[in-house]
Amino acid sequence: MNLNATLVAQLVVFFILAWVTMKFVWPPIVKALDERAKKIADGLTAADKAKSDLAHAEKKVVEEMRKARESATDVRAAAEKQAAVFVDEARTEAARIIAQAREAAEAEAGVAAQRAKEALRDQVAQLAVAGAEKILRKEINAQAHADLLANLKQELQ
Amino acid sequence: MSTGIEAHGPTAGEYIVHHLTHLTSTGHAQTAIIDWSVWNLDTLFFSIGLGIVTLLILIKAASKATSGVPGRFQAAIEILVEMVADQAKGIVHSAESRKFVAPVALTVFFWIFLMNSMDFLPVDLLPKIWALISGNEHAYLRVVPTADLNGTLGMSIGVLLICVYYNIKIKGFGGWIHELFTAPFGSHPLLYPINFLMQMIEFLAKTVSHGMRLFGNMYAGELVFMLIALMGGTATVYGFLGHIVAGSIWAVFHILIVALQAFIFMMLTLVYIGQAHESH
Repeated sequence: MNLNATLVAQLVVFFILAWVTMKFVWPPIVKALDERAKKIADGLTAADKAKSDLAHAEKKVVEEMRKARESATDVRAAAEKQAAVFVDEARTEAARIIAQAREAAEAEAGVAAQRAKEALRDQVAQLAVAGAEKILRKEINAQAHADLLANLKQELQ
Repeated sequence: MSTGIEAHGPTAGEYIVHHLTHLTSTGHAQTAIIDWSVWNLDTLFFSIGLGIVTLLILIKAASKATSGVPGRFQAAIEILVEMVADQAKGIVHSAESRKFVAPVALTVFFWIFLMNSMDFLPVDLLPKIWALISGNEHAYLRVVPTADLNGTLGMSIGVLLICVYYNIKIKGFGGWIHELFTAPFGSHPLLYPINFLMQMIEFLAKTVSHGMRLFGNMYAGELVFMLIALMGGTATVYGFLGHIVAGSIWAVFHILIVALQAFIFMMLTLVYIGQAHESH
C-alpha cells in the first residue's frame, strides 16, 4: 500500500493505451457498426419496397388477365361475325352462280329447241311437198310453187 | 524473516505478508509510505503486458471489422464497443469529446477487466514460477496490478487530467478558474475561498475514491484468496475440503466483482468527464 514511481508509469501507460485505442481501434469498429446498421436499414426498406411492388404487380396481373379475357371475347365475337358475313357472301355468290348457270342452260336449251324446230319445219315442208306430190300425182314445178311453199313455211313458224 | 516460504514452512502471517509484498526495483520491500525512487516491477510488468494484450485483441477486432456478417469474436468485441458507446452517448453530450472519451472508456474497461482477472490464477502459481526463474525462492511477486494502489491511482489521476483538460477546453481557462471560485455557493468575494476549497476537495475526493474503490475491492479479493489458500495449506482433510468449497464459491463470486469493478471504473470515468463538460 505504498506509493512510488509505479504510479507515474501507470499514468503514462494509461494515456498510451487510450491514444492507441482512439487512433486504431475505435474508428474502424464504429465505422463497421454504422455501415452495417445502414445496410440493415437499407435492406429493410428494400424488403418493404419489394413487398409493395409485388402486391402492385399481382394487381396488375389480375387486371391484365381481365383485359386479355375481355379482348379474347371481343376477338371471338368479331371472328364469328366475320365468318357469318363470309358464309352469307358465299351463299349469295353460290346462288348467283347457280342462277347464271341456269340462265345459260335455259338460253342454250332455247337455242337448241329453235334449231330443232327449224329443222323440223324444213322436214315438214319437204314432207308436205312429197305428200302433195304423191297426192296430186302430178309433177309440180318446184320453182313455180316456191312462193307457195315459202308461205307455208312461214305459217308453220 | 518475513520473506516467505522457508525450510520449516512459513507461518500464516509470513505467508500473507510475503504475498502482499511487491517485487520492487530495489530488491526489497518498500519501507517509506511514499518513495518516488522505487518501481514496482511486478505491477509494471503485468499492467503493461495486459495493456498490450488489450490492444492486440482490440486491434485484431478492428482490423477485421467489416459491415458484413460478423464472426463470434468480432460480434463479442462489437457488443462491448456498443455498450461503451451507448453509455458514453448518455453521459457525455459532446460528440467531439466522445471521439476520445469513448475509446478511453473502452480501454479502461477492457484493461481493468483483464488486470482484475489475474486474481483467478492460483495465488501461488506465478510467484512459484517466478521463484524458479529468478532462482530466489524468497522472490516477491504480486500478479494483480489493480490490487496495487499505484496502478489504480495512476489511472484515476489520468482521468483527473482528462477532466481538467475538458474543463479548460469547454469553459476556457478563465471560465474554469471563475467556476472554481464561484461554484457551488455563488459569486461573492466572501464565498471565494469556501468555493475554491469545496472544488479542490471535490476533485481530490473524486480521484482518490475512484482509485481507492478499485484497489480496495481487488486487494480484499486477493487477500481472501490467500486466506483460502492458507486453509488448504494446513494439509488436513477439513482444510482441503474447505479450500475447495470456499475457493470455488469465492472464485465464482469474484467473477462478478471483476466485471463489476471494471464497469464501475469505466462508468465513473465517463461520469467525471461528463461533469467536466457541464457548467455550474
